[in-house]
Amino acid sequence: MIIYLLCFALFLIGLYGLITKRDLIKIILASGIMGYAVNLMIVLFGYRRGAVYPILEKGKEAAIMVDPLPQALVLTSIVIELGTTAMLVALAIRLFNKYKTFDITKIRRLRG
Amino acid sequence: MTLPIFIIIPLATAFLISLVGRKKDFWGPLLAVAATVAVFVLSLITFFQLGTGIRVYEMGGWKMPFGIALVLDAFGAFMLVIVSLIALTSLLFSFRYIAHLGPDWKYYALFMILVSGMNGVLITGDLFNLFVFTEIAFFAAFPLVAYGGRAHEFEAAFKYTVMASVSSSLILLAIAVVYSATSTLTMAHISVAMAGVRPGLKIWIGALFLAGYGLKAAIIPFHAWLPDAHSSAPAPISAMLSGVLIKALGIYALVRIFFNVLGAPQLFLQAFLVMGAVSLLLGVFLAVGQWDLKRLLAYHSISQVGYILLGIGLNTSLGMAGAVFHLLNHALFKSLLFYNAGAIEMGLGTRDLRKMGNITRLMPITAHSSMVASLAISGIPPFNGFFSKLLIIIAAVNAHQPVYALVAVVGSLLTLSSFMKVQRYGIRGENPVERLQSRPGWGMQAAMIILAVLCILTSLLIVPGIKESVLDPVVAAVMNKTGYAAAVLGGRQ
Repeated sequence: MIIYLLCFALFLIGLYGLITKRDLIKIILASGIMGYAVNLMIVLFGYRRGAVYPILEKGKEAAIMVDPLPQALVLTSIVIELGTTAMLVALAIRLFNKYKTFDITKIRRLRG
Repeated sequence: MTLPIFIIIPLATAFLISLVGRKKDFWGPLLAVAATVAVFVLSLITFFQLGTGIRVYEMGGWKMPFGIALVLDAFGAFMLVIVSLIALTSLLFSFRYIAHLGPDWKYYALFMILVSGMNGVLITGDLFNLFVFTEIAFFAAFPLVAYGGRAHEFEAAFKYTVMASVSSSLILLAIAVVYSATSTLTMAHISVAMAGVRPGLKIWIGALFLAGYGLKAAIIPFHAWLPDAHSSAPAPISAMLSGVLIKALGIYALVRIFFNVLGAPQLFLQAFLVMGAVSLLLGVFLAVGQWDLKRLLAYHSISQVGYILLGIGLNTSLGMAGAVFHLLNHALFKSLLFYNAGAIEMGLGTRDLRKMGNITRLMPITAHSSMVASLAISGIPPFNGFFSKLLIIIAAVNAHQPVYALVAVVGSLLTLSSFMKVQRYGIRGENPVERLQSRPGWGMQAAMIILAVLCILTSLLIVPGIKESVLDPVVAAVMNKTGYAAAVLGGRQ
């Protein structure tokens, strides 16, 4: 149980950073941390205690295996994370070119 | 006709455009329009062929719990028609509008990826696949928001991307919890397996999905990103985002998951009602104070999504019919209003209502179609907005929720007042504007005329006879909660 809670704590750390940080790069890192926490959680859900890797081989006894599907899902989600991060970094570079700063309190042309 | 065609056509077109589009300018628009017309015709045919039926396609021949299934029912087909209709008018509007922003083959390629992402969301029957297509649509939406290349557009796109990454994380977490509870990702199987899940876990799953897709649909506590993103994008993209993206990725996904997969738990229907009512009122309050035309329209999107959510939360056939009807209507008139704003911005070089003037004489089609759209969104009788709001209000009274009916009426009055402001200060403003910077092209005018005519024609959907063949199958598909799983599993197993 403790391992799931630690994983959820990691997710909350990411969310905290995303909400409170004022620096574009730190925001990008926080969103990355959030993504990691979710991916870790998915792999944990597929974990079985004492299980083996999910590949059937000749001469190997069929034993309890870890669930292979979450691992496949995580691969997809890592690729999506990568795309999002690349997009955020590209936008941060363009914003830096325009404003010469990464501080979002100084990047404020839009108002709610 | 097989289902993947709705994803293949736009996706193949996107890559074809990036191959041939950079050589000659006309290939981008030509291919994009051809593909969108094809998808529109196919979706219209499919919608009427389908009726109350359901169509299942197993990708690669893998049987259902193992492979990914595509599922199309009346609700999905109805949304497909809306998406391709708005995409078509948006493309018509784009020819002239995008030409002054820069090399345009990238725009058309991204646009087609946006359409294929939305179509994928609408026809998928797999929870993780739904997530992946949501991401595809959003990946195309980020650069399109920043397409103009001005500082505030990058700022809006950054906010938008951060918002999307948070909501994707929440949705992914929800999918992980669902998988660990039911050991399957096919929606129909989850729907069956959900009966054995602990109630406490169900609330967690629902809350995570509500937060994730609520962020994408910009329901009120999660709305802060929408006014920036939707007002900074180029006008045809604003129309796509406000008109269909928040519905296909937000409302559609919410309805599909909460009604057909989770079986409409009472707690979350209450949450829909409260959040819908709050979005409806707060959105319109925030809109009245705006002087930037596109920002005002963006706040109205929040408010109108509130109406749809209110109709859904009532959990009656009439309320759902109102919600589905309003979904179509809002796509029509909100896109039209964004086209008007784009045409005015191109002609006058401003979006500030206080600096506009003389539009009725210089741009008669824009002025008249914006009048039609303003009346439709405020709910004035001959136009479509009146009938869908009326359905929602009657449904609220019938369901013994008079407070929500009152909220809907007050929201409608405030909408009227804010659009009187648009007409009075903006379209019929007193600034002595003598010349236009650039005239709206024929494509822009055609897009506005088509949508203005449809704003009146879709009122006919309320007529008995027509309502039975168009709206009722859609409502039946949503309200028959366990029927979805039964039809999907019974059809081909």
